[in-house]
Amino acid sequence: MKKIPKKVKNPYFAGTILGVVLFAAFALTHSGLGASGAISRIQVAITKLFWSAHVDRVGTFAAMGAGDRNALDHPSMFLLIGTFAGGLISAWYNGRLKIEIFKGPKITNYQRLFFALLGGIIMGYGARFARGCTSGQALSGGAVLSLGSWAFMFSVFLGGYAVAYFVRRLWAD
Amino acid sequence: MLPVDIIAELGKAGGYAVFFLIGTGFGIALELAGFGDSRRLAAQFYLKDMTVLKTMFTGILVACLLIFLSAALGLLDFSQLAVNQTFLWPGIVGGLIMGVGFIVGGYCPGTSLVATASFKIDGLFFLVGTVIGAGLFGESLPAFEDFWNSSFTDRFLVSDWLGWSIGATVFGVTIFALVMFYVAEKVEEYFKYKATGNAWSWKITKRPYLYGAGILIAVAALIWAIGQPDPIRKWKIMENKYSGQLVSRAVFIHPLEYVKTNNESTIKLITLDLRPNKDFAAFHLAGSENVKLDNLLDAKFIAPLAQLPPNGVVVLLADNDSISIKAWQYLKVQGVINLYILENGLHNWNSLFADKTIHGKTFNPASPPVEVLQLFPKNTYITKIKIGSKKRAGGLCS
Repeated sequence: MKKIPKKVKNPYFAGTILGVVLFAAFALTHSGLGASGAISRIQVAITKLFWSAHVDRVGTFAAMGAGDRNALDHPSMFLLIGTFAGGLISAWYNGRLKIEIFKGPKITNYQRLFFALLGGIIMGYGARFARGCTSGQALSGGAVLSLGSWAFMFSVFLGGYAVAYFVRRLWAD
Repeated sequence: MLPVDIIAELGKAGGYAVFFLIGTGFGIALELAGFGDSRRLAAQFYLKDMTVLKTMFTGILVACLLIFLSAALGLLDFSQLAVNQTFLWPGIVGGLIMGVGFIVGGYCPGTSLVATASFKIDGLFFLVGTVIGAGLFGESLPAFEDFWNSSFTDRFLVSDWLGWSIGATVFGVTIFALVMFYVAEKVEEYFKYKATGNAWSWKITKRPYLYGAGILIAVAALIWAIGQPDPIRKWKIMENKYSGQLVSRAVFIHPLEYVKTNNESTIKLITLDLRPNKDFAAFHLAGSENVKLDNLLDAKFIAPLAQLPPNGVVVLLADNDSISIKAWQYLKVQGVINLYILENGLHNWNSLFADKTIHGKTFNPASPPVEVLQLFPKNTYITKIKIGSKKRAGGLCS
């Protein structure tokens, strides 16, 4: 039986759930949500498998996984696994669990995957630069009124709008 | 009183399980919003679909209102929440880079996780990219490490920047978000109507949205009207949590422990002297600072004390217990972690050290050297200072 994808929820409804989850995160763990920290931890753990001396040498890697420290033994990893599980559950329940590639109609699948990887690399780099991603900086820091997080949030939108015109072929109809 | 330290309450396994559940809620919220689809996320930057902006700011606003409403009602201690440190310029540069990654790749780290979880191959490629990008950053950091660590302010709030109260700032943020929602709705309508040829108008046509906005404004006004608790009211709320440490005198340290701590190079000791000016002028401990009780109610004065590194210790001394205890209460509820009182102030300081010599030489009683400790039997005092290593500033991004 093939499920028909349900319509996505009203953004204000989804946002309210997001806000309640974010509040729960602060109330129960005194820190908010995050994704990029755990992604860095995965990167450090992978690097360590092949080249552990290098992890000890690079400052930001060493902070997470130097010596016998296990980079993956951190609450943020469980938050990441949970995010994955939540995405899976909701996609399954709403009939959106399907192997596919989302792209603008004017580019090929290979092009899309190339740009997804490239965008990911830029994003991963920027998220470390900004000490957090859209979840950890913008959402969490925004809710507790951190000035740096608000400045960060606007610069993400600014960066996106500044470049959007030049890459319009990626998404145009 | 919130927040709970879930790992301390439930142990590591139980705590991690709670993190997993919170993550699950996060993943569900992102997926429900349709953030597993890069086309919807990218459309934000072409003004055709404002879902990203609407969902993000609703999330921020709802969490913000819940946090500061519970803080105003005394249900949550805001000083214990992790607030992202501000590294202004690195944050802005990083944000600009991320914006580019967002529009090129179509996701952000959290949403690419959700896309990958729902079997979207482009989401997986993006996610792999973020792992590579994080690695490249670590490799290239030494080239610009000074810039990366520049323009730093710990726990710097929008309210501090504006010079407004927290309540006024929350109200302002609410109005700002509602205006943005209105503009977002109208921009979407404009593009929709342009395609269908309908007439566009400024009017708000969706009634439920008006009611929703009304509720948000009312809550924000309530937060502003109640106000965030000052240290005196906060102590009344939190008395049960901390008064035990005062009653058992667990936070009163012996002068010799003070000397020992002061001579430890790994500890950053701050001594606040609450005695009258003239007594301070006559004699005070080297490096101590003369303060008045009222100073300790001033948020600007407290900020650096609440943001000490984990090895920071604050010691209070006064002429009598009633003053030092009040000072301790004020500072404790404002988030000063390693906070102690010098037992008896300086009343028996001089008699303790007056006739003492080290290898036949006298020493300055305002800063007794560590050798002094050998002149006293080991059991002269009980060690009270425990360095709390709890670091709240980092949050989950590190």
